[in-house]
Amino acid sequence: MDLSVKIGSVQLKNPVMTASGTFGSGKEYSEFVDLNELGAVVVKGIASKPWDGNPTPRVAETYGGMLNAVGLQNPGVDHFIKNDIPFLKKFDTKIVVNIAGRTVEDYCEVVEKLSDTEVDLLELNISCPNVKEGGIAFGTQAKMIERVTSEVKRHSKQPLIVKLSPNVTDIAEMALAAEAGGADALSLINTLLGMKIDIHKREFALANKMGGLSGPAIKPVAVRMVYQVAQAVKVPIIGMGGIMNGEDAIEFMMAGATGVAVGTANFANPFATMEVLDGIKGYMDRYGVKDVKELIGLAVGNIEFNCM
Amino acid sequence: MSLSKIKVATKIMKHSLIATDVYEMWIENKEMAKAAKVGQFVALYCKDGSRLLPRPISICEIDNEEGRLRLVYRVFGAGTKEISCFKEGETIEVLGPLGNGFLTKDKNVSVIVGGGIGVPPLLELCKQLKGEKHIFLGYRDTVFLADEFKAYGDVYIATEDGSVGHKGNVMTLLKEKGLDIDQVYACGPKGMLKALQSYVLEEQIPAQLSVEEKMACGIGACVGCICETNDRTMKNKRVCKEGPVFSAEEVVL
Repeated sequence: MDLSVKIGSVQLKNPVMTASGTFGSGKEYSEFVDLNELGAVVVKGIASKPWDGNPTPRVAETYGGMLNAVGLQNPGVDHFIKNDIPFLKKFDTKIVVNIAGRTVEDYCEVVEKLSDTEVDLLELNISCPNVKEGGIAFGTQAKMIERVTSEVKRHSKQPLIVKLSPNVTDIAEMALAAEAGGADALSLINTLLGMKIDIHKREFALANKMGGLSGPAIKPVAVRMVYQVAQAVKVPIIGMGGIMNGEDAIEFMMAGATGVAVGTANFANPFATMEVLDGIKGYMDRYGVKDVKELIGLAVGNIEFNCM
Repeated sequence: MSLSKIKVATKIMKHSLIATDVYEMWIENKEMAKAAKVGQFVALYCKDGSRLLPRPISICEIDNEEGRLRLVYRVFGAGTKEISCFKEGETIEVLGPLGNGFLTKDKNVSVIVGGGIGVPPLLELCKQLKGEKHIFLGYRDTVFLADEFKAYGDVYIATEDGSVGHKGNVMTLLKEKGLDIDQVYACGPKGMLKALQSYVLEEQIPAQLSVEEKMACGIGACVGCICETNDRTMKNKRVCKEGPVFSAEEVVL
């Protein structure tokens, strides 16, 4: 059984990755799962300087999902290089660093500092809905996406993944802009902007009022967007948004994803990544799939893929 | 490689209503009971898949001999409502024990202050603490567990509606007693902790405060449940990981 996939120039032993912001830098989950089993660990957004994030409450549960307004709290790139890379290098898995910034210069500073480290891939976060500057402000206009991507790409030694926001009208247009800017891969989707009101207390559930919705509630939106983008671009796609098990992961792959990232499911079940991986293997066993790559994009432009 | 944390299906040995909306649940797991420390919490999972996140519940009692934990919780929303319907003999998914608990210091005179659903974790604390203990328990209206504390020290009760004990809050009671205190331990609502914090800081009494915050993962990954501290290197600490117990000097309430 061949589970390996390629993101940019980087070969992953299997398609299962973690979604940024849901796995810390891997330390917490290493007490539950063997990180060696993962295709890649995508770490929490890292900025040029430490960020404090938003006030609490930062999280709220919704039907089949959750809202968060953490606001990219992180200890900064220097702390990450000193403390987290040595930890992650103990494992046989790829390291993907999600990069947060308020300005293009911020992103470039992080990228440059990471260029001589053992980080395998970079993920440009231009889609976080919880920060006023940078984040989603960059990720909802095609021209801006292309400009930020090309600027960051110029500074990066590692292949660059651009993480797209679903809070747009035409996701394919944004994907094409990132590809035109030089993205080596795309990841989608980031969280959907949402809100929850406690009608009994008559207050917002989140201190930030609005937050990013994630979890199985958003999966159909994510699958649809992966499918649309897969038809528009040539670069590989990492699909995410509500993946809870192997079957969800297979669905994303058939929609066009080369890699899959497990996010909110980690909060609900610390073993989720391993269960997703086992589920993919189980599916391949059941249907006699020898190479996981056979599944990528089955639903895209394939006339034998029935709709009834 | 060895993995140190567990999430297990544990058997519910006992489950009953002990006060309005307040339930006690005894769960059985030798490993978890052995690992549990006073002031820690566990995370309970709903069976309804629409409720993704585990519910953090403090550990009320640890029975190492029988390998059991006692949890006392209040029905607060749909998740705890669902959990309250679980029957004895059923299993429940539990993650834990989680967080850092109280550091028990065997001082001459300890004061223990609990408010509402912050009262339960203090029972095990009182069991484990040596020396003279003065226990202040505050409730909105319905009193629970108070009788069980009497075995470990002097108990003073305050209720907001005045139905039992002193009418008002525990801080008034505490100040009235004018005790010579060596160490304070507390768990309860933020308002109570804040008032207590300003008192102990002024009186220069060492105190450990257990704080609450909405959390998602319970293990330190989501960074949802932070609280502000005076630590310059890490201002926002995670309640689930670095906490829930912080020193009164450190935490900013």
